[in-house]
Amino acid sequence: MDSALIPEGVKRCSFGKFALGIILVGGVLLWGVYAMLLIWLKGLNQTNMNDFYGFALWIWADLGVIALGGGAFFIGLLRYIIGKDELKNIINYAVLIGFICYSSALLILAIDVGQPLRSWFIFWHANIHSMLTEVAFCLSCYFAVLTIEYIPLILENRQLNKVPFFHNLAHNMHEVMAIFAATGAFLSFFHQGSLGGTPAVLYGRPFAFREGVFIWPWTFFLFTWSAAAYGPCFTLFVTRLTEKITKKKLVKQNVIDLLAKISGWTMGTYIIAKIIDTWYWATVTAPAMGFNLIDFYSNNPFYGVWILVAEIVICGIVPALILLTPKGRSNSTLLFTAVSLACIGVLLNRWVMVLQVMAVPVMTFENWVMYIPSWQEVATTILPVAYGVILVMISFRYLPIFPQERELNS
Amino acid sequence: MKEEGKHKKAKKYGMVINLDECTGCGACMVACMAENNVPFKEDESSKLDSIAWMRVYKLTNGKSYPEADICYLPRPCMHCEGDHGHSPCVSVCPATATDYNHETGIVSQIYTRCFGCRYCMAACPYHARYFNWWDPVWPEGSTKYLSPNVSPRMRGVVEKCSFCFHRYQLAMDKAYLEGRTELEEDEYQTSCTQACPAGAITFGDLNNPEHKVHQLAKPDNKHGGRPGNPNVFRLLERLGTNPKVYYMSSREWVRQAGDNYLDNEDFAKNYRH
Repeated sequence: MDSALIPEGVKRCSFGKFALGIILVGGVLLWGVYAMLLIWLKGLNQTNMNDFYGFALWIWADLGVIALGGGAFFIGLLRYIIGKDELKNIINYAVLIGFICYSSALLILAIDVGQPLRSWFIFWHANIHSMLTEVAFCLSCYFAVLTIEYIPLILENRQLNKVPFFHNLAHNMHEVMAIFAATGAFLSFFHQGSLGGTPAVLYGRPFAFREGVFIWPWTFFLFTWSAAAYGPCFTLFVTRLTEKITKKKLVKQNVIDLLAKISGWTMGTYIIAKIIDTWYWATVTAPAMGFNLIDFYSNNPFYGVWILVAEIVICGIVPALILLTPKGRSNSTLLFTAVSLACIGVLLNRWVMVLQVMAVPVMTFENWVMYIPSWQEVATTILPVAYGVILVMISFRYLPIFPQERELNS
Repeated sequence: MKEEGKHKKAKKYGMVINLDECTGCGACMVACMAENNVPFKEDESSKLDSIAWMRVYKLTNGKSYPEADICYLPRPCMHCEGDHGHSPCVSVCPATATDYNHETGIVSQIYTRCFGCRYCMAACPYHARYFNWWDPVWPEGSTKYLSPNVSPRMRGVVEKCSFCFHRYQLAMDKAYLEGRTELEEDEYQTSCTQACPAGAITFGDLNNPEHKVHQLAKPDNKHGGRPGNPNVFRLLERLGTNPKVYYMSSREWVRQAGDNYLDNEDFAKNYRH
């Protein structure tokens, strides 16, 4: 039915199967849209956020998708600026995933603010001292860059590409893509960092506060570093997942191996920096404010030392070691385990830096406050996931995302 | 922050709350809500999302009879200056919807500019900032009793104690009409101060040696406003928020409850002022 739109030389499932998939995921999407409308119409009282949890599930989701979407800028940097040419075979997918992640982040932010119609105040009345201002500017600009990077891919659709203007536009955009890749990397370094700075500048919150250099707290660098390390892992994770679902080999092993190796090194060095940061915070920063490390991990039903071990050891050191060894990278089960653990690790880190910051009591006469999101919050967090799946399905079916697919499946 | 931005000759309004005199009656909370058109919910049983610019906490010393002791601690906005000149909340607001007034030391909230990101709430360790999760609903006829001097807030914005800033404006208007530029101590007082039946709250200019707050707190402006009075302390002093609300108590456990200390720190030895 839609074979004229499908890239030449590749096989796709029947249109009926594809449409059924879209309808199923579309149902989930509509559930999220319903919750989103409820929130926009009735307000944030539809959530389980409260005055202790001004930041909650959505801000975690925001930080999470931006970290996971970091693969786009880092792979772009490696491909166009550093010159790792093999990565051209995975950059399209990284851009698509990045586009989904960043558009999701913007959507979640639009739901999260109390007065969405005033969102533009962040640009109009910008406070240059606020980390969020920097995040808003860079995030918007980088989303524009990702859109520019995604457009030539759309124009390469079999039918669109027949139009000479679109063909030439796509070609010329590819020619200058290095400029956008460099711009994207520059912007990402700053907004990933500013997101790291967002909790760390809260000097009234000893769990979050970090010292640093000049105006940048250490987490400014750690967040950028972790996005560079874990973002490509998410690209590898989704690529592997797509391969499993479509039962096709889409990217050659040498490309996977190279990216996994680079991620391993970035992750390994990040984890060392993270351990040093945690050590300094636990032994110097927090005690100066009257807190022992264990104060942050006791007297509550959820946040224990396990979360620190899970983030740093199980989802940090372990995947880094797997990715650093040739055997780990060549074994598909081990590789998939490593990238999965890595994704959990970075999401755990963002959770801790958002939710645990809110949970820890600061005044001596207050207690830990726990939080369970409402169904509206959950539905609106799943909404971008459903949107992402649909965009991946459509893009995979109609656009030449994987340059090596034809060769690998002939 | 540059030196000229800091308080020198400007006013620095603040409070000293005598915790030995506070009975926990809640009159300050009621007066504050009435004065500032603070909205309330139909069901106020959950305090996690109800608004109280002034909130009274109950503290206990954790001991059993006969050593058991309690203390009520009223907590307005602390109007922090920050040891380095940046209030925790003001510096983070992305839309400049909250501001530090260098003439009075009061931290303001611009409701019509706030777009409800709640970053300031995350920044405030005192939980002095509240979000309007609901549209304010006033019972039939009660709108006639709203204060015309304070704008009610809409759903989706943050609000907090303003040290009854409208009273300052009214007092200054009156002073200007009378050809004065300075206020007498009793011309500008917050509603909670006036409502306290025990007289536990003292309000005034911390920079003015003639004002009672200055005499009680004896703030040392060279060291972030730290109190010179040994019975006076501030909440979470160690964080460096440099708040303008001081607490006074003759009881050591109460003073110790104002901040966090490590197990191996000897409060009595190291932190007794």
